[in-house]
Amino acid sequence: MKYAGLLVMPAGFFLVIAAIVLFPDSAPRAAFVVCGLAVEAMGLGVAIRGHMAPKTGRHGSAFGRSLEGGEPHA
Amino acid sequence: MIAFSPPPITEIPLALALLLLASLAIAGVALINAGLGRSRSAAQSMLGSLAMISIAVIVFALAGATIADGSAGAGHAFHFSGKPWNWAGTGPIALSGLAASPIRGQLALLFEFLALALAVLIPWGSGADRWRLTAGIASAAVLAALVFPFVAHWIWGGGWLAQLGLNFSLGSGFLDVGGAATVHVLGGFSALAVVWIAGPRRGKFPKEGLSTAMPGHNAVYILFGCLIALVGWLAWNMAGALLWLGAAPAALPSTAINTLLSAAAALAATFTVTRIRFGKPDASLCANGWLAGLVTSSACASLVSPPAAIFTGLVAGIAMPLLVEFLELAVSIDDPSGAVSVHAAGGLWGLIAAGIFAPQPGQFTAQLIGVATLLGLILPLIYLLFALLNRVVPFRVDPDGERIGMDLHELGGGAYPEFVVHRDDSYH
Repeated sequence: MKYAGLLVMPAGFFLVIAAIVLFPDSAPRAAFVVCGLAVEAMGLGVAIRGHMAPKTGRHGSAFGRSLEGGEPHA
Repeated sequence: MIAFSPPPITEIPLALALLLLASLAIAGVALINAGLGRSRSAAQSMLGSLAMISIAVIVFALAGATIADGSAGAGHAFHFSGKPWNWAGTGPIALSGLAASPIRGQLALLFEFLALALAVLIPWGSGADRWRLTAGIASAAVLAALVFPFVAHWIWGGGWLAQLGLNFSLGSGFLDVGGAATVHVLGGFSALAVVWIAGPRRGKFPKEGLSTAMPGHNAVYILFGCLIALVGWLAWNMAGALLWLGAAPAALPSTAINTLLSAAAALAATFTVTRIRFGKPDASLCANGWLAGLVTSSACASLVSPPAAIFTGLVAGIAMPLLVEFLELAVSIDDPSGAVSVHAAGGLWGLIAAGIFAPQPGQFTAQLIGVATLLGLILPLIYLLFALLNRVVPFRVDPDGERIGMDLHELGGGAYPEFVVHRDDSYH
């Protein structure tokens, strides 16, 4: 999921570039630039969700398990 | 009564003096990073700052400056939709012929060296207490060779972002006079990539309950670092206005005043917010609020009026502690120095505010395009490069190293050998 989010972000950037090239008028250009930013923000949101460490996740509790139960560190 | 005429101010000595003072911003950030980390990682933090700066400037001198260069004129450009898109500089390899180049170009290069030195320090504070020294140095080299030069050229070296005004009638093109994008957003995004890749400190997010508070070890370092950073930032923003905006020396005091106002407003806002939320003002969050105001001023101190500088600082100071809390509690980001909130978010807000308050038509859109480039292109690029680097040079120290502290593990000795280190409950 984190990689999907990071791939969506450049898609938003290319939408912004397309807005610069395709729209000479300022209002539609600005609107499409904002849309590109919104796509990037969505991608960032997905990337953040993908990186969220669950409560039983790899670091906080994995270290605990490795100390307490002898499981290898993930 | 004798009438004194104002002394003549020549720009070159003034810019040189400002750039020398600007290096205090780097010292301030290094001190803040060390103070916000733990006592058992303080020596590694300070040595790491020096080592990262050293490697970054050498790599930039040998390779990055060629790409960042803006004095050669045309640069590498491709044509698309009938417009030139200048994407890389064509400077000399390894700074050959530097002494014979124009003095203004040399000053611009010195500014870029200092900007790079500050940018590589920003993620170092976020990776405190678990980011290995060699990995930090390697990441600084990657930033200096592959990321910073392109961003610096696009914005300061006459690249495509700087030419948005010329090619697409978007104000004066993307404006980043004091390095809010080139230094702070780049550094803040690097910090985000580091905390994602290295993961949180051990015990930070327990199985049950809220995240564990791990306060910085020395509030005096943090707050003194803020005072040093103020001196550096005042000089930094004035030097930026002189070099990148072509401001007259007579316009520089207003830039300095706006810088001070932005930081002061941000501190007042953070002081109030933390007092309301926690009952007492929080020293480290207030320090980060001060820093967020300075970061915001990097984008707009030379472009806005004093009331607007106060407004931008107030917004930064209110948003910063709330964002720190959100990132830690809601999305499990362990960022000891708060670099993502202070530098990335503060820098982005400053760049947008510069567009909001700019008088030229199209400037706001130009600023949004710059922000979109940083968010949509530079952040994924940094993450990709760091993720690849992590496979070669693992970012995270082993559990034993994290337990005994980075100083003992990586340097063989602590920063405070005569102090008795108390037991840390989060490790037992």
